[in-house]
Amino acid sequence: MSARILVVEDSRVMRQMVRTALEPDGYDLHEREDGRQALDAIPSVAPALVITDVNMPEMDGLSLVRAIRTLAPFRFVPVLVLTTESGDDMKRAGRAAGATGWIVKPFDPNQLREVVARVLRARAARR
Amino acid sequence: MIPDDLQQLFVEEATDLLRDFEEGVLELEQASDSVEALNRVFRAAHTLKGASGMLGFTDIARFTHFLETLLLRLRKRELTVSVGVVEYLLRASDLLRRLVDGAREGRAVPADDVADMEAAGRVYTRGATPPDAPGAAPAAEPALAEAGRETHYVVRFHPPDDLLLRGLDPLRLLDALESVGTLLEVEVDTSRLPALADMDPERTYFGFTCRLATARPVASIEACFDVVGGREALTIEPAAAGEPSGAGRGVPAHRGSLPSREPGAPIGGEAATFRVSAAKVDRLVNLVGEIAVTQSMVEQVVTAATPDRLIRLEGLITEMRRHCRELEERVMAVRMVPIQTVFGRFPRLIRDLAAALGKDVWLETSGDDTELDRSVIEQITDPLTHLVRNAVDHGIEPPDVRRQAGKGASGCVTLAAYQRSGSIYIEVADDGRGLDRDRILAKAWETGLIAAGASPADEDVFAVIFQPGFSTAAVVSEISGRGVGMDVVNRNIRRLGGAISVQSAPGRGTRFTVRLPLTLASLDGQALRVGPETYVLPLGSIVESLRPRRDNFQTVLGGAESLMLRGEVLPVLRLHRVFGVTPAVDDPLRSLAVIVEHDGRRLALLVDELLEQQQVVIKSLDANFHAVDGVGGATILGDGRVALILDVAGLIALGRMRQPPRPVPHGAAR
Repeated sequence: MSARILVVEDSRVMRQMVRTALEPDGYDLHEREDGRQALDAIPSVAPALVITDVNMPEMDGLSLVRAIRTLAPFRFVPVLVLTTESGDDMKRAGRAAGATGWIVKPFDPNQLREVVARVLRARAARR
Repeated sequence: MIPDDLQQLFVEEATDLLRDFEEGVLELEQASDSVEALNRVFRAAHTLKGASGMLGFTDIARFTHFLETLLLRLRKRELTVSVGVVEYLLRASDLLRRLVDGAREGRAVPADDVADMEAAGRVYTRGATPPDAPGAAPAAEPALAEAGRETHYVVRFHPPDDLLLRGLDPLRLLDALESVGTLLEVEVDTSRLPALADMDPERTYFGFTCRLATARPVASIEACFDVVGGREALTIEPAAAGEPSGAGRGVPAHRGSLPSREPGAPIGGEAATFRVSAAKVDRLVNLVGEIAVTQSMVEQVVTAATPDRLIRLEGLITEMRRHCRELEERVMAVRMVPIQTVFGRFPRLIRDLAAALGKDVWLETSGDDTELDRSVIEQITDPLTHLVRNAVDHGIEPPDVRRQAGKGASGCVTLAAYQRSGSIYIEVADDGRGLDRDRILAKAWETGLIAAGASPADEDVFAVIFQPGFSTAAVVSEISGRGVGMDVVNRNIRRLGGAISVQSAPGRGTRFTVRLPLTLASLDGQALRVGPETYVLPLGSIVESLRPRRDNFQTVLGGAESLMLRGEVLPVLRLHRVFGVTPAVDDPLRSLAVIVEHDGRRLALLVDELLEQQQVVIKSLDANFHAVDGVGGATILGDGRVALILDVAGLIALGRMRQPPRPVPHGAAR
């Protein structure tokens, strides 16, 4: 059973890039366009990993991370933040919100694949 | 190399984002403290930066990065939304649009244009801290941080010819220069290029002259060439900004932007793809499913066919026909796009026009969600733009003139779209000065479009403006362009199977009404016969049909015929005369008069007989014929014969032309 990943990103281009990077590894990719949609989808999708942008309409990525951390069954789901924001302040805010990792766009597809694989392995080991 | 589909996705997304950006800016102009509008603008720029950086469109990424710096200052209230800022942001969005178009067509926008736009924006970003630099934008950083102290240099270099043999690549030198500042222009010096026969592919023959904008000292430019050695081949001179690099002998080179495909072959060509709502697709899928089910039921019935099952079969086939009809409608609906996609561009257009003309103009729109066939939308954009320009340019008066006329200083342009009885109507109205009947009439007399001295009704006078070659604009306005006038608008609309009409009242304004068919693909038609030929009339335009009688059919002086119907005199057109065919009966009293109507005007068409009604698929004749008056297209009938589809608006125009000019009405005509 391939790991299910929820990609939250308002840019179609960016969603496609993530898909292109991760699809060959056989993940089951689900996409949502903003934090609000993602939060609504999490109970039914039940992702093993969430990859989210920060700057989005409706609900931004950091609010999404905070919200996920309060959802009892999903509070331990790893969340990778994929963003153009590279400032230390933002990264600190991300960590404080409960993000698992921070990848700066433009991202290197191979780096993304590696990080995703690593995070999912770590999660499997913990279980 | 970016895959085509991704590049196309980028172009679509960027187009949406730029529309958001522009709408947000226009909102800001109205409500400068709107946090929501500012967020919208910011998010659009931000998302565009991310996507363009990811795909390697560095010029877009860098420029949006710069815009973000400016927008952040607005957000932090270090800068207020002024007229200048709005103007700048709008120009910036124009530039971005050009850059996106460039990306689509694999054509570079001159680096100077971007550099100039950035330079113009620095007054707003001076002293600002740039937002977090994305990986794509490092080269922009020194320029931003040291804004205002940049110098332009002309750098000439002719590398030693053994450069490649030493394992060095001259292109890396340009990369090095780019890390120091912004390369505004690179020109290749080909003066040392030998004849082909003498050329050694492992040697370097090219030199280059480039213009570099940088705030760094000359020494750091020189340092770029350290690896190469041979300083004697290098000159660095300061250049006045804006002055060309002066190397007259070279050929301009656009490094890194070699077109990856033939220009003129856009990948994201607008006709290539468009988005359809998921609901429409879902409905289609359902419907196809239902048809498949019905079809298999038909199969079952037929396999075990007994006479008593025929009734069941008939029922199933009726159901299938209903499904097919609905499927057809739904598939058509997939092509339908809200007219908002056209209306959406007018706020900006009107704003810019009004500003250029010193007028104050409001825009009101209604029916934005009225849907039109996608191909109609594409082809109606230019004519509508022309009408809107005209309204602002010629219709709406300057504020002082309006005040003198006792009107509000600001004029209003109204755009309305609605659907009524199988047609889409689009109105472009203004509350300006109205059409000048006397001037139009004088000009029409002069050009012979109206018989000299005749004074027809307003609607006939105004209709003249749609005739080729007619223009009353005494001064050729810069804004409305020259020569191309209402006749082109008229022709374009006619080509779509539509029609345009105008109403106007002096001092109160002008209203253009464009009528378009709901779809270009098919229509409900009434087949009719004239001699050996079959023609099709759009069912919606037929009022009634009757046999002319001796007491209501009359021939007036000059040979024109008319039909008197309940007190109304209708012009008569013998269809066989229009198309030069031999009718079965030449006696009007033994033929059939079909009364057709368009825009409140009626006409009696004489035909041999009416045949069946049927839905017909419209085939355009454009590819093979010039526009023929009275013919809207062709179709293939159920029995395989080809029939012409009649264009009622065109026939009515023909019918009226064949009437002798109306006498000047007397005051006591009734």
